[in-house]
Amino acid sequence: MKKDYSVWSLFKKGLGHNEGWDPAWRSPEPKPSYKVIIIGAGGHGLATAYYLAKEHGVRGIAVIEKGYLGGGNTARNTTIVRSNYLWDESAMLYEHALKLWEGLTQDINYNVMFSQRGVFNLGHNLQDMRDIARRVNANNLNGIDALVLDGAEVKRRIPLIDASKSTRFPILGASFQPRAGVARHDAVAWGFARAASKYGVDIIENCEVTGMDISGGRIKGIQTVRGYIAADQVGCVAAGHSSVMAKMAGIRLPIESHPLQAFVSESLKPCLDTVVMSNAVHGYISQSDKGELVIGAGIDHYNSYSQRGSPHVIEHTAAAIIELFPMFSRVRMNRQWGGIVDTTPDACPIISKTKIKGLYFNCGWGTGGFKATPGSGNVFAHTIAHDEPHPLNRAFNLDRFSTGHLIDEHGAAGVAH
Amino acid sequence: MFVLTCPYCREKREEEEFSYAGEAFIARPLAPEALDDAAWGDYLFMRKNPKGWHWEMWAHATGCRKYFVVKRHTANHAIEGAWTLPEARKLFDAEGGAA
Repeated sequence: MKKDYSVWSLFKKGLGHNEGWDPAWRSPEPKPSYKVIIIGAGGHGLATAYYLAKEHGVRGIAVIEKGYLGGGNTARNTTIVRSNYLWDESAMLYEHALKLWEGLTQDINYNVMFSQRGVFNLGHNLQDMRDIARRVNANNLNGIDALVLDGAEVKRRIPLIDASKSTRFPILGASFQPRAGVARHDAVAWGFARAASKYGVDIIENCEVTGMDISGGRIKGIQTVRGYIAADQVGCVAAGHSSVMAKMAGIRLPIESHPLQAFVSESLKPCLDTVVMSNAVHGYISQSDKGELVIGAGIDHYNSYSQRGSPHVIEHTAAAIIELFPMFSRVRMNRQWGGIVDTTPDACPIISKTKIKGLYFNCGWGTGGFKATPGSGNVFAHTIAHDEPHPLNRAFNLDRFSTGHLIDEHGAAGVAH
Repeated sequence: MFVLTCPYCREKREEEEFSYAGEAFIARPLAPEALDDAAWGDYLFMRKNPKGWHWEMWAHATGCRKYFVVKRHTANHAIEGAWTLPEARKLFDAEGGAA
């Protein structure tokens, strides 16, 4: 239906003062029934619909969204993409995602502004450096690019960082993943929505799910504020609200929802051309293409669905950033927000079939879901299309919480855990 | 930011004085060795995580260091009250044990 975006189309529409653009995706009324319904039109849900249609030839897909498209955690994260995880299972999953990121702009014909500017994970004491060496070795064995840098090299590559010996947490070195980087989060949601819409996926916004129709151990459909919709299969990608969805289906999940806060500064001239994370000082920072410093840190520890957290967490985060970059102490902050993250006991996601036939869950990404967006959608689409997990997400089954095969990624999951 | 009242100190203090200790009234099974893996996994990991009223434990970390129970709404952070464990248990059971 719609033509691909190209240099020529930009030029031509530019001559017409950019007034002739069509909406990027259709917003149809819900049909009475679909083959597959995806609950949640965030990055992961839209990516799932896209890969279901593209790679598995499934037709009759709807993506149901409570609010507006990409208005949840997709628009509330700090856009960091990396794959330097410790354990084989998660390293393979995130590396799969990173490889998809590398070709994503061409694949979905939408500029997601994926910028591979590298990610530094700082080490501040001997144990940090030993952990970094271990993780870098594990990454290299899994074919993931990673290297250990010493303190002098970190200072050379990030001139603004305070590398003096007098700091409370001196910088001894870092792990560095050159292929990691950042992407434009809104573009990811919009691009996947447009690409999925081209395959005939119905994206239905402002349509909250209020119940699930389950009989004989099988999903039959869902109740929404816009009426009943029948479906053969339902994939639930509701992030912070996964427990609410699971309760409707009578399933218990090992998930707790927490606020995760972030903030951005006023725009500055380019001063930080990479991403810096520190587990010990407890903050992470990058600079967006607009020039804003994008800053985040840890979760608020209490359960919450309120999309706002406590001010002392922001104070703690700002203190951490100033510890690393004293010259940012007088930068003014523009916006602050909170998102609701679904954390699991092992800081790893759940991409799984459930005891109810035709009902699948993709949740528990906690504080680090954005980096996995295309990979998560890709393997979840496989899980739904084949009613069988993809080899890459077999280990991320819900039953690992009864078998005990947890994948402890608290170290590599980064700052926010 | 909450202001919590410690039922032991009977003092209203800011959230930073306290530390969160998760869902309240998760009873340790009396005979763990009699459970199957699914039931043990349920006890260890599965949580109610409601969007609504939540019975939860807090510790008065920089005060008396005792644990107590708070009933808090997870969507709007309203707090109905804070009680010692035995007091809260009675109210919790009177509600039918539901969150």
